[in-house]
Amino acid sequence: MDMTRRAALLTSAAIAANVLNPMRSFAQATPRKGGVFTVHYGAEQRQLNPSLQASTGVYIIGGKIQEQLVDLDAAGQPVGVLAESWEAAPDGKTITFKLRKGVSWHDGKPFTSADVQFTAMEMWKKILNYGTTLQLFLTAVDTPDPLTAVFRYERPMPLALLLRALPDLGYISPRHLYEGKGDIRQNPVNLAPVGTGPFKFVTYERGQHVIADRNADYWRQNAPYLDRIVWRVVTDRAAAAAQMEAGQIHYSPFSGLTISDSARLAKDPRFIVSTKGNEGNARTNTVEFNIRRKELADIRVRQAIAHALDIPFFIENFLGDFAKRGTGPVPSVSTDFYPADNGPQYPFDKKLSAKLLDEAGFKAGAGGTRFSLRLLPAPWGEDISLFATFIQQSLSEVGIKIEVVRTDGGGFLKQVYDDHAFDLATGWHQYRNDPAVSTTVWYRSGQPKGAPWTNQWGWTDPTIDKIIDDAATEVDVAKRKALYGDFVRRANTELPIWTPIEQIFLTVINAKARNHSNTPRWGSSSWHDLWLAE
Amino acid sequence: MRVLVLAGRRLAASIPTLVLILIGVFLLLQFAPGDTVDAMMAQMGGGDAATARDLRRFYGLDLSVWAQLGNYLWRLVRFDLGFSAIYGKPVATVIAERLPVTILLMTASLSLAFFFGLILGVIAARGVNRWPDTLISTLGLVFYAMPTFWFGLMAIVVFAIYLQWLPAGGFEDITIAHTGLSRTFDIAQHLVLPTLTLGLFYMAIYLRIMRGSMLEVLNLDFVRTARAKGMDETRVVVRHVLRNALLPMVTLIGLQAGTMLGGSVVVESVFSLPGLGRLAYESVVQRDLNTLLGIVFVSALLVITINFIVDLLYARLDPRITTGA
Repeated sequence: MDMTRRAALLTSAAIAANVLNPMRSFAQATPRKGGVFTVHYGAEQRQLNPSLQASTGVYIIGGKIQEQLVDLDAAGQPVGVLAESWEAAPDGKTITFKLRKGVSWHDGKPFTSADVQFTAMEMWKKILNYGTTLQLFLTAVDTPDPLTAVFRYERPMPLALLLRALPDLGYISPRHLYEGKGDIRQNPVNLAPVGTGPFKFVTYERGQHVIADRNADYWRQNAPYLDRIVWRVVTDRAAAAAQMEAGQIHYSPFSGLTISDSARLAKDPRFIVSTKGNEGNARTNTVEFNIRRKELADIRVRQAIAHALDIPFFIENFLGDFAKRGTGPVPSVSTDFYPADNGPQYPFDKKLSAKLLDEAGFKAGAGGTRFSLRLLPAPWGEDISLFATFIQQSLSEVGIKIEVVRTDGGGFLKQVYDDHAFDLATGWHQYRNDPAVSTTVWYRSGQPKGAPWTNQWGWTDPTIDKIIDDAATEVDVAKRKALYGDFVRRANTELPIWTPIEQIFLTVINAKARNHSNTPRWGSSSWHDLWLAE
Repeated sequence: MRVLVLAGRRLAASIPTLVLILIGVFLLLQFAPGDTVDAMMAQMGGGDAATARDLRRFYGLDLSVWAQLGNYLWRLVRFDLGFSAIYGKPVATVIAERLPVTILLMTASLSLAFFFGLILGVIAARGVNRWPDTLISTLGLVFYAMPTFWFGLMAIVVFAIYLQWLPAGGFEDITIAHTGLSRTFDIAQHLVLPTLTLGLFYMAIYLRIMRGSMLEVLNLDFVRTARAKGMDETRVVVRHVLRNALLPMVTLIGLQAGTMLGGSVVVESVFSLPGLGRLAYESVVQRDLNTLLGIVFVSALLVITINFIVDLLYARLDPRITTGA
């Protein structure tokens, strides 16, 4: 324990030094053309088209090749990419995008509103995860001319919500390569994407690498700087750290290395280790309660569990400075929606915890045990695994015996979201800039069984359902924010899920890279301005 | 011709075993919770229940276990390994892409292990209980006891990071396009550390076996006779002892071909090599049943082939053993 603590403290200090000095990477002035940028690719995907799959594993490659209508700028505000401007009708049911002129696909065909229409209706609305929910009430996309796309909604679509969602859920695919070519999911273009972006797809060798070269006809003047990007498939985290040190990899995104390797590289001047550029990829560690268990249906038991965990201790000793105490389902990096008042918090208090359990009628039996629970930790991330062990040990001190059941990804989703064969689960909730994109479904009742990352806790609350529904169609920005404040307070009061830790993904990058980490979703962005110093 | 008949008979005899293995693996995987669509959803970071249902129907996962197994075996009869859900290609293609790397790695490691195991074993046996023997035996023990992945990582730290002599991972340098001889050299360079990592453990085994069997044969009557005839020592060792002492070594190669495929999972992960071992591991994690069964099938064929070659070698080494016919 003592060693772990000391190592973790060293970690925090080293990472803090880099977080406090983010401007270090912008020191050198004139951009240099050329160079090959190599990227750590930890988990291969089934396809690379971001119009069909919203995940960082796809954006990290597909986001360099295809582009979306809107991205986020350095200040986190929506900025046009393939769209130049946008306008919403007062009733919120029509949103008009003016598209960029003179943009062409990598195969030379012009980009037009027909591409937007096809992608929105056939991909976002029908296939794209989160897209199907977001565009549920999209009825049509009109194309009065090649550079205008008019989105028509059955119910009001808040423009602010759409603009926050489009950076992730707004990638455009070439209509002429998909229409009438059979099943969109099985189209070979998905593995050899064609886009309008700064880099052109060259080759994908499964298990080895993906290569993309600079697009000489890119619409942004003088971009991109790099000649080539190579994504190297390295599944072993220790091997990835070694390849970074040997100079074979320049960049490991989204906390791809182990906590200890990241801490070690942070002390090396050849690397920059920081959370900068990942603000749009904030995530909270969660404790999910299966309300079907009679013990957990009692709110006092859920509160008691929250009070039994010493979160600051866990963060300080295991996660270092890049994690902090969570306050609710909306993380503090969300400048648009973070409420002034988050409602009840649950500070560490073992006595109070025991008292709540006593009051709920679960007195300690023989050997001090009150009851036993099965805890399923999600297998993505070493912090989740550590947290599961921490929950197990902490809860045994208040008389709740925990059996930790470890599985792989498929097994976890099946048992938690399909079979509901869990009492407690712990994992991540990734926040996607607007609570309506992927957060509220964790709390809204009536989610179909088997839908991952939705409310499968057996929890129903008409009050929160109404707040969620009202906010999803509220066009007034200030009213929406107020409604999501109510949502957070209600969530923290009723506690169907507890979000005790807030984290931002960690980037490890070679110090030669310039113009990196300059947007809130940089790892997923197009890298048109990225360059490599000599 | 006789060899071909023998090969055919061997293969025919292995088919029941092969089918049993495939059925066993198939059923074993049904016990793990979740299927390939669950793994897919985990990878996507979300998706709705309707999509999941569509995908299950698409991959034929909505059928009963027995129907799925039946379909699989029926396809196998027609030499169709099926379609990989993760790779979006026929399993045969996926395996064909990965097989060369594994075969290259296995051949290189086995050759290294066999060649140096043999030489070191002979040297140790010739200088038994003197310093060469002590040195070689200790070294053998160290390599035998060391975990493969640890040795691999240490080799990377020393040769790739610290000395910068060799690449830390990958199959070839992709930032520069090599062709012809320079590509061969490049791949060879990338294979040095993985080969050492995988090979040294087996070298330690061969060394000990070789030493033991050399010592045994050296004491046999025919060696004494050869010496009594006045044959010089080198000829005695090469012509009489070595040939007989090689038999247990060759037996081991056949046995270990299968183990080595397993060992290559670790080595391929540590060195990011796109081989069959890592493919097998990923197929398990992703619940890609077709690919996994395909790998089991191909590995089994590989082991059967190697054992067949070993049998032929036997006959060459010891005329008393015949290939039968």
